[in-house]
Amino acid sequence: MPPADVARVGAAGLVTRPLRAVLAAAGIAIGVAAMVAVVGISASSRAGVERELAAIGTNLLTAAPGRTFTGEAARLPDEAVEMAGRLDGVTGASATGRLDLGVYRSDLIPAGETNGIGVLAVRPDLLGPVGARPADGAWLNEVTRQGPALVLGAEAARLLGVHRASADVRLWLGNQWFVVVGVLAPAPLAPELDTAVLVGWEAARSLLGFDGGIGTVYVRTDPDRVADVRALLARTVSPAHPNEVLVERPSDALLAQEVTDRALTGLLLGLGAVALLVGGVGVANTMIVSVLERRAEVGLRRALGATRAQIRTQFLAESLLLSALGGTAGILTGAVVTWGYAWSRGWPPAVPGWAQAAGLAVTVLIGGIAGLYPAVRAARLPPTEALAAP
Amino acid sequence: MIELRDVVKSYGAVTALAGVTVRVEPGELVAIVGPSGSGKSTMLHLAGTLDRPTSGSVRVAGHEVSALSDRGLSALRAQRIGFVFQQFHLAPGVTVRDNVADGLLYTGVARRERRARAAEALDGVGLGHRLTHRPHELSGGERQRVAIARAVAGRPSLLLADEPTGNLDTASGAEVMRLLRALHDDGTTVVIITHDRELAAGLPRTIAMRDGRVAA
Repeated sequence: MPPADVARVGAAGLVTRPLRAVLAAAGIAIGVAAMVAVVGISASSRAGVERELAAIGTNLLTAAPGRTFTGEAARLPDEAVEMAGRLDGVTGASATGRLDLGVYRSDLIPAGETNGIGVLAVRPDLLGPVGARPADGAWLNEVTRQGPALVLGAEAARLLGVHRASADVRLWLGNQWFVVVGVLAPAPLAPELDTAVLVGWEAARSLLGFDGGIGTVYVRTDPDRVADVRALLARTVSPAHPNEVLVERPSDALLAQEVTDRALTGLLLGLGAVALLVGGVGVANTMIVSVLERRAEVGLRRALGATRAQIRTQFLAESLLLSALGGTAGILTGAVVTWGYAWSRGWPPAVPGWAQAAGLAVTVLIGGIAGLYPAVRAARLPPTEALAAP
Repeated sequence: MIELRDVVKSYGAVTALAGVTVRVEPGELVAIVGPSGSGKSTMLHLAGTLDRPTSGSVRVAGHEVSALSDRGLSALRAQRIGFVFQQFHLAPGVTVRDNVADGLLYTGVARRERRARAAEALDGVGLGHRLTHRPHELSGGERQRVAIARAVAGRPSLLLADEPTGNLDTASGAEVMRLLRALHDDGTTVVIITHDRELAAGLPRTIAMRDGRVAA
């Protein structure tokens, strides 16, 4: 029989019972949509991270003091930043230092309830290397970095309920009031800034008893020389004790997060596969019922001269069409879900072609397996018995 | 056209045909009559190659049925035998024309040709103006005429009708019988199964069945 006739005969059974066909196909569609959406969202998220990294750069390195041989906290030389800045391939260097203080909305809040917000003393040239910028107000200037003024990290501002920089907004820090002069936009490569309040290096020394110890050196490099700088950075910032320096590349952490997301993707894919399997069982069930109901039709077709193989082909084609219908709907739904989610997160939407092809292939496989038994059963019906069916 | 020799057909312990020898010549118009359970339907199934005998020999259109494979029997049915059933067996929701065209689905004829011949066959049964109707829009008599058109669209040499007027009123039944006679006049061998002795009496030859045997 020509393929067009096979398709027409296979479709006839679906067309006469459209609601059942749609419901059976919906089972497949949900499974395929889930799998395509999971793959698509994961791919879109990766594309989003890659785009973000391309924008903020992967050429930021940090150097922080670790522990000495005896287990005490190490201390970097005071001139570490200047030495790092002179290193070949470095385009900018700055540093922060950690203060063991809390910052509060008012002097009435009990000490210790800091919401996990840290206090950092910052060099005035910090913004360039870390790629941060004020979302509101201004960065610390010649004056404010010497007085009781501070800049809030994005998350710290949210936690403290401060949304705008203003001379009226004051925070209680180290037994005195500090004015909020600026709020930073989120800094993806230096998330520790997001949850901190930043005060000038000199102000920290004069007003807050800061000992001037360097907490983290931030180094921005020529994008092509990241590895060279990384190899030399520990020795440069601490020539005497390079082994006490922890050098990191913050963009690695973003990529690592992407890898953990992949594990979650695998789990979700598994769930999608289960949904697809259930959909396949639905198709098999529909086909078995269809064969039972259509015994008289099978008998008639046999009387008209259909061979067993042709009856088998008819029901197999019907099952394949049914699941291909579901698969196509599922791929479209998955693509729409991906597109919508990516749009809401600001990622570039991406549904990999292989995911669509795999979705359709799995669908056809399921249709074949689900239709095989009912088709064989229909083909084995003795014509006389089939004709006697009501 | 049909030759049954010492045919026995049993289903488990039940014997439907207990040694039947019957011959139907090409071009005959024959009625097979008998009460229900007499074995007449079984005989039709054997003559239509829908079933094989337990023992004995069945020859249809020159072919020994027991010697043919499923594919061979199917081809024989597609090319040489037409069936008309009491329940019409029309596909619901499918136009009259496509119902008839589907009768040629397994003959290897292209779709365009199938539809053309379907229109022709429907013309032949007086339903040329009903091509696009669906079965539920037709009367019982019209439905049976569609079924006849489907059976004869492939121009079979043997037409087997199982109680073709069983579900019809007298007038529709008469019209169906007129069509079957006309086919016989055109040279088709027509075998009609019926329990209606009056209808059978009007046909040139009657084979009476009783308890799985030919009674007369």
